[in-house]
Amino acid sequence: MVLRDVITGNDAAAWGARLSKVEVIAAYPITPQTTIVEKLSEWVDKGEMKAKFIAVESEHSAMSAIIGASAAGARAFTATSSHGLLYMYEMVAWAAGARTPVVMAVVNRALGPPWNIWSELTDVLMTRDTGWIQFWASNNQEVLDSIIQAYKVAEDRHVLLPAIVSLEGFVLSHTSMPVIIHDEEKVDEYLPQYNPPHYIVNPKLSEPFAYGNILFPWDYAKVRLSIQKAMDNAAEVIKKAAMEFREIFGHWHGDLIKEEYTDGAELLIITMGTVAEEAEAVVEQLRNNGMKVGCVKVRVFRPFPKKEIAKIANEVSKIIVIDRDISFGWDGILAGEVKATLHDFNVDTPVITKIMGIGGDDILPEHIEAAVKEVYK
Amino acid sequence: MNKTEDHLLLPISRSTEGAGGKTGTWRVFKPVIDESKCIKCMTCWMYCPEAAIIVSSRKEYPRINYDYCKGCLICYEVCPVPGKAIKVEREIR
Amino acid sequence: MAKTIIDELIEAGEYVLPGTTACPGCGSTLALRYVLKALGKDTILVIPACCASVYQAIYPKSAINVIIYNVAFASAAAVASGIRQALDFRGYEDVNVVVWGGDGGIVDIGFATVSGAAERNENIFVICYDNEAYMNTGIQRSGSTPPGARTTTTPLGKIVGFKKPMPFLMLLHGIPYVATGNVAYPLDLYEKVKRAKDIKGFKYIHIFSPCPPGWRYDDSKTVEVGKLAVETGYWILWEGRNVNGRIDIKLSPPSRPYLDPAKRKPIEEFLKYQGRFRGFTEESVKRLREWIDFQWNLLKSFLGTK
Repeated sequence: MVLRDVITGNDAAAWGARLSKVEVIAAYPITPQTTIVEKLSEWVDKGEMKAKFIAVESEHSAMSAIIGASAAGARAFTATSSHGLLYMYEMVAWAAGARTPVVMAVVNRALGPPWNIWSELTDVLMTRDTGWIQFWASNNQEVLDSIIQAYKVAEDRHVLLPAIVSLEGFVLSHTSMPVIIHDEEKVDEYLPQYNPPHYIVNPKLSEPFAYGNILFPWDYAKVRLSIQKAMDNAAEVIKKAAMEFREIFGHWHGDLIKEEYTDGAELLIITMGTVAEEAEAVVEQLRNNGMKVGCVKVRVFRPFPKKEIAKIANEVSKIIVIDRDISFGWDGILAGEVKATLHDFNVDTPVITKIMGIGGDDILPEHIEAAVKEVYK
Repeated sequence: MNKTEDHLLLPISRSTEGAGGKTGTWRVFKPVIDESKCIKCMTCWMYCPEAAIIVSSRKEYPRINYDYCKGCLICYEVCPVPGKAIKVEREIR
Repeated sequence: MAKTIIDELIEAGEYVLPGTTACPGCGSTLALRYVLKALGKDTILVIPACCASVYQAIYPKSAINVIIYNVAFASAAAVASGIRQALDFRGYEDVNVVVWGGDGGIVDIGFATVSGAAERNENIFVICYDNEAYMNTGIQRSGSTPPGARTTTTPLGKIVGFKKPMPFLMLLHGIPYVATGNVAYPLDLYEKVKRAKDIKGFKYIHIFSPCPPGWRYDDSKTVEVGKLAVETGYWILWEGRNVNGRIDIKLSPPSRPYLDPAKRKPIEEFLKYQGRFRGFTEESVKRLREWIDFQWNLLKSFLGTK
């Protein structure tokens, strides 16, 4: 049965986990993620969701618990934000090395001190080196859909890496939007039960083994670099998963990227997260006024869509990257990755970084328009 | 290395005897069970931290597995027989 | 011949396979032999960074014949909780999930994790082999290092701090089973693990695990040091349960004579064997005696009508 409702991004994340039939949830509350945890607890306690909910005593333990659950063969889920994510950072890195295909919803929030509960993308971007696949949602429907797609991708036997689905704090997490909650059976068809194809921590199903005891450097390199190879595989798997999702559910949020109005564009705006929707609206209006502007939303930040961005960048004369984040001592993180990509592919289109919306400061259409007009000549 | 699986090289080790090699080479002193004095109490077997003393039943004399015995000599210390039923030899190589 | 406990132990087989990379005379591998004999093959060991993560030996071989999931230092009890919930969800309730770690990962850096899992009464074992310092990283002091002991971070003997009374702290969480063990009394340890195996809920066992290089004594004296710990009253063997809102402690037979301080051997007998107490001062002996009294007083308050 399909439900149509008007729900917050957090509820959409909770529905994503529920429709994915997650079996073990371990989570610790943190603003603005809290209502995801509360919703899931409510469903589990009422019996509407058949899952084990572990009320862990910290985020570090939340990630530890879901790594254990996934290793033992269950589909596992957690959610956090900003400081919670940083507190579990050691275990975030561990999950990738353990090849446990867990999914974590992160409600983006700025870091302190000083305390700030509003949206900034830096928290998840700080985990870009860990080996996690990263999805970035721009609206609540995409939050729900991306969690389901994230499991499909993560658990694919050519990938077997954990995945983050990011949604911006308050902008999505606490804002209600119309969302279609898919039919459970259709989701089961798209996403069957998880059965680890690689190893399982269960003596009834596996002969004795030790996972992760000491390796010498030459063996370690091969084992760890296989994560990079899995990331390479992930790009194709993500595309396939998005196409299959469109076939079954009729929804499309892009695969690695989503491009709009790029035909004949001279100026390109590259964004990530909710800014993408603002940028799209601005671009549509500017196009109606005759400006040759296009936009690309980076939907998946890891694996970084190098080929896709290089191809589009090659056909435009200027690029603006909007970064709702900053890497101190460097610049905007997304802009940095775009610049490096263009260099790798010998594309010499100039890239202008615009750092906006730090700490949840509003990014309004007029800000984007002003940035475009400044650069478009 | 299987090419099709090179995205999934896992740090998985299999359980086996001698995982740390032939640890018997660590020995300086070698315990030797004196069957003429041994009363088959199994105390030496009980206290070996390496499980390097082999016993299949109380009817037989315990046998030290010299491939792995590290020569800690706990077996000698715990032997309850007056005058000890275990002799200690200096390993000569 | 009638079947005795020795026959049972022989039949149980060995899960510690010879050829570990443990130090000669290691207390921990000795304890593990008995823990695994009691639990059997349907057991998962979750091992945080500690000596056990190293004495498994090196990839691609493991010296322990059960599934081992090696995990980050502070995370063991949480990973074990996740494994337990996943196994239960899929119907594998009779698999033993055991955290096997040293005092670092369980008493210090992992304490919050262990405490949280205990508060949730997760159906797991947390078993600490207490070698009273961070031995794997080269003998640094831990919260479990006794007063007066020398370590690389307390080179003149531990002056700051007491010894964290871990088993008592766990008992106060209200969990169904807590016990102390000692490698010098393997049958006692074996029986305790076997009894605990049938209890559903969080089970904590704290094992005295002498360490030849860390405590600086001859490899062969591990069992001797273990026995002296009990005979001087320094280490108390007991089992504790929380039943119907009441904490109940039973002294284990090897420790019963030492309830009477007059029966205990002088603490110097325990100290003289170990280089870590070399040059022990009157002050450090006084604090050690205080520690011994502290434990026995705590214990007596839970000994019921005795």
